[in-house]
Amino acid sequence: MPEPTPALAARNLTRRFGGVVAVDDVSLEVRHGQIHALIGPNGAGKSTLINLLAGELAPTSGTIALRGASMARARPHRLALLGVGRTFQRSNVFRNLSAFENCRLAAQARLPRAWALHERASRCDVSATAATQALAAVGLTARSDAPGEALSHGERRELEIAMCLATEPSVLLLDEPLAGMAAEESTRVLDLLRRLRPERAILLVEHDMDAVFAVADVITVMADGSVLASGTPEAVRNDATVREAYLGEPIGSP
Amino acid sequence: MNAARRFLPLLALIALAVLPALAGKFYVELVAKIMIMAVFAMSLDLLVGVTGLVSLGHAAFFGLASYVVALAAPDPYTAANLWTSLPLAVAASAVLAFAIGALALRTRGVYFIMVTLALSQMVYFVFHDTKVGGGSDGTYLYAKPEAKLGGWSLVNFGDSTQFYYAMLFLLLLVFVFLRVLLASRFGHALAGIRSNEQRMRALGFNTYVYKLAAFTLAGAIAGLAGYFAAVQFGFVNPDMLSWQQSANVLLMVILGGLGNLFGAIVGAFAFILLEDLFSSLTKHWLLLMGGFVIMAVMLLPGGLTRAGDAWHAWRAHDA
Amino acid sequence: MDLSIFLIQVLNSIQYGLLLFLVASGLTLIFGIMGVINLAHGSFYMLGAYAAFTLAALTGNLFIAIALGVVLAVAFGYVLEWVFFSFLYRRDHLQQVLLTYGLILVFEELRSIVVGDDVHGVPVPGVLAGSIPLGTTMTYPAYNLLISAACLVVAALLFALLRYTRLGMMIRAGASNREMARSLGIDIEFLFRVVFALGVALAAFAGMISAPASSVYPGMGNQVLIICFVVVVIGGIGSVTGALVAALLIGFIDTFGKVFLPDYSGVLVYLLMAIILLWRPEGLFRESAV
Repeated sequence: MPEPTPALAARNLTRRFGGVVAVDDVSLEVRHGQIHALIGPNGAGKSTLINLLAGELAPTSGTIALRGASMARARPHRLALLGVGRTFQRSNVFRNLSAFENCRLAAQARLPRAWALHERASRCDVSATAATQALAAVGLTARSDAPGEALSHGERRELEIAMCLATEPSVLLLDEPLAGMAAEESTRVLDLLRRLRPERAILLVEHDMDAVFAVADVITVMADGSVLASGTPEAVRNDATVREAYLGEPIGSP
Repeated sequence: MNAARRFLPLLALIALAVLPALAGKFYVELVAKIMIMAVFAMSLDLLVGVTGLVSLGHAAFFGLASYVVALAAPDPYTAANLWTSLPLAVAASAVLAFAIGALALRTRGVYFIMVTLALSQMVYFVFHDTKVGGGSDGTYLYAKPEAKLGGWSLVNFGDSTQFYYAMLFLLLLVFVFLRVLLASRFGHALAGIRSNEQRMRALGFNTYVYKLAAFTLAGAIAGLAGYFAAVQFGFVNPDMLSWQQSANVLLMVILGGLGNLFGAIVGAFAFILLEDLFSSLTKHWLLLMGGFVIMAVMLLPGGLTRAGDAWHAWRAHDA
Repeated sequence: MDLSIFLIQVLNSIQYGLLLFLVASGLTLIFGIMGVINLAHGSFYMLGAYAAFTLAALTGNLFIAIALGVVLAVAFGYVLEWVFFSFLYRRDHLQQVLLTYGLILVFEELRSIVVGDDVHGVPVPGVLAGSIPLGTTMTYPAYNLLISAACLVVAALLFALLRYTRLGMMIRAGASNREMARSLGIDIEFLFRVVFALGVALAAFAGMISAPASSVYPGMGNQVLIICFVVVVIGGIGSVTGALVAALLIGFIDTFGKVFLPDYSGVLVYLLMAIILLWRPEGLFRESAV
């Protein structure tokens, strides 16, 4: 059941790059126990919005609140430690490390003494367990020892998600996780998201309309940096502006 | 190939251990000098090879420690105390490294390289232009520091063989310390930063703090090397802080191969032996050195310790 | 400090700043457009100075020597890019640093073999050997005014080139997006060669024109290199405007620093850099090429 305070809330968020307004007065909420999908054509500002929420970019104006607390200009590592995990649109894994090592390093970040000089990284059970579990959740156990650069594109997208999971986030910002995945990989990820949903707040940026309508509780449609419509899947499906501007045909119909 | 990889370091260690019994004083002193430079190179490898920070100003920390030991003596003819002057010198280098790092690490990539160069030049000018430590003339260290414990002299640094073994001990100590560090969580985090810093930040690592810690530690170890370099040479001057010195140690690291620490040791040996060889051939030996540097970086970008890989890749390409 | 002395220091500052600008502009363009960190850039300044000395001795006329020198510098830069630097683009910064460091050693020793290690003076051409009165008691060497004037003209030409010509537009396009520029039909390889030759010529010209005013000595290349790095860092990589502002700033701070704080003047420039970095880690003018 969604809680009264949203896990992550953006209010009137704006980001300018010189003369270009990439994100224009966007407000949205990601609630605990919900999957909030963000859709829109390329260039709509979705990735910029994720970067703003993840702290990679500073907003030109507007606020971001994490569980009600203002996150004015918080930097990525602070947000990560507060439980905001993200995946990148273009796979951003450690290419020279194995899938397992990638996840273990991710899990290490939240250890109380992540910087320890005298503790052997490989001896740490906590991070090793977290890594194994994360890899199992996305179905990459068989490829645990493969180096990042040897993984297929779809496997790398799965590793992106696994790394995010290994940090045990309460809020997930997923930037097109399904891009380039084969059908069974996509199904597996969607099932995973459904399993994760009750305990987390998930913001999902995606182009795959079937996936979005299958799994989202709330959908926000963006175009040219601002919000066109936001609401339940049915409401969005029937919204005239959305149909006209985005697809030119009824959304989600066979 | 793997058997060789495992035995080579052991053989090298044995060779180093028995050298003073077999070779004359000149070689004993030369190899002791090389071992000091190897410590210097390993400290830079921590920065460049492990963390991915290319510093062109590392000599500042090396040279500062040299000056501290020279100035820590009450006068040029009285010996300083090892137990007080060594920590002082290393601490000085660490503090300088912290200060320079705190500022330089605000920049990235090419800016970082240039800023480390410029800031270490500032330190160079302090010693070159002012009267501290004798200005451009430098200062002498006639009496080597004493390592006394309860009235007993532990090591006589004036004796070539004893100094040699002390340096061998130092080399092993630093090597083991750094290997443990590399295997630790801290070391893994540094490697992650080198591989993909943005990702590390997104995972929750405060990369600035990690980089600063690595920079300070590397500076401290460089100071350790600088201290003993001054002790051996008996003379310190601003050249020990020069950017040419910084470029030379950078060359040693890339010559040997980045990231595995062995490379730094191999690189130090290769560089100094070549320097010795070239300078005996001609007055214009820098020309040979320059040509060699260019050839080495062009043909062996992975360094000597990865020459085996380069060879195999070349053979495979041909087939 | 009376007015005449103040004026002299101002003129000195401008002269030094403009010379620095000529050398640094090449460095920042090579950096910004080709992404290559070139430690050997100071060597071009040194080679220019020695060339001026040699050619002036041979031809007996400084201006002919400089003209010849610039032509030679352009040719040299063109060939050097083709034969050596074009291999550096794919390499990482560390390798570029070391490769260009090796180049410095080669240049220094070649110069040592060909011309020797002596410090030389280059005679000022007769017509400019006099001084111009400043106020009632002081005078200022006419030649030094020529240096500043010449540098100003070259700087203006450089800005005009970048802003108003097709070549300049290609340079700026190449600076902001290499791949896109290539797909628009711009011959990137040729462009790089031209930019490099331009950079070499600017540095060499600075060395040549200033040779009569300061002496020609072996370490001059390395000295100017590091200050130029500071100029580029303060001004922002790739920004020629930034290089001009930073170079003049350094010219003033260094010159007046030598007057008021002679022992610490060497440190002031770096202090300036440190302060600016605390405020703006990417330099004053960030990325724009002009």
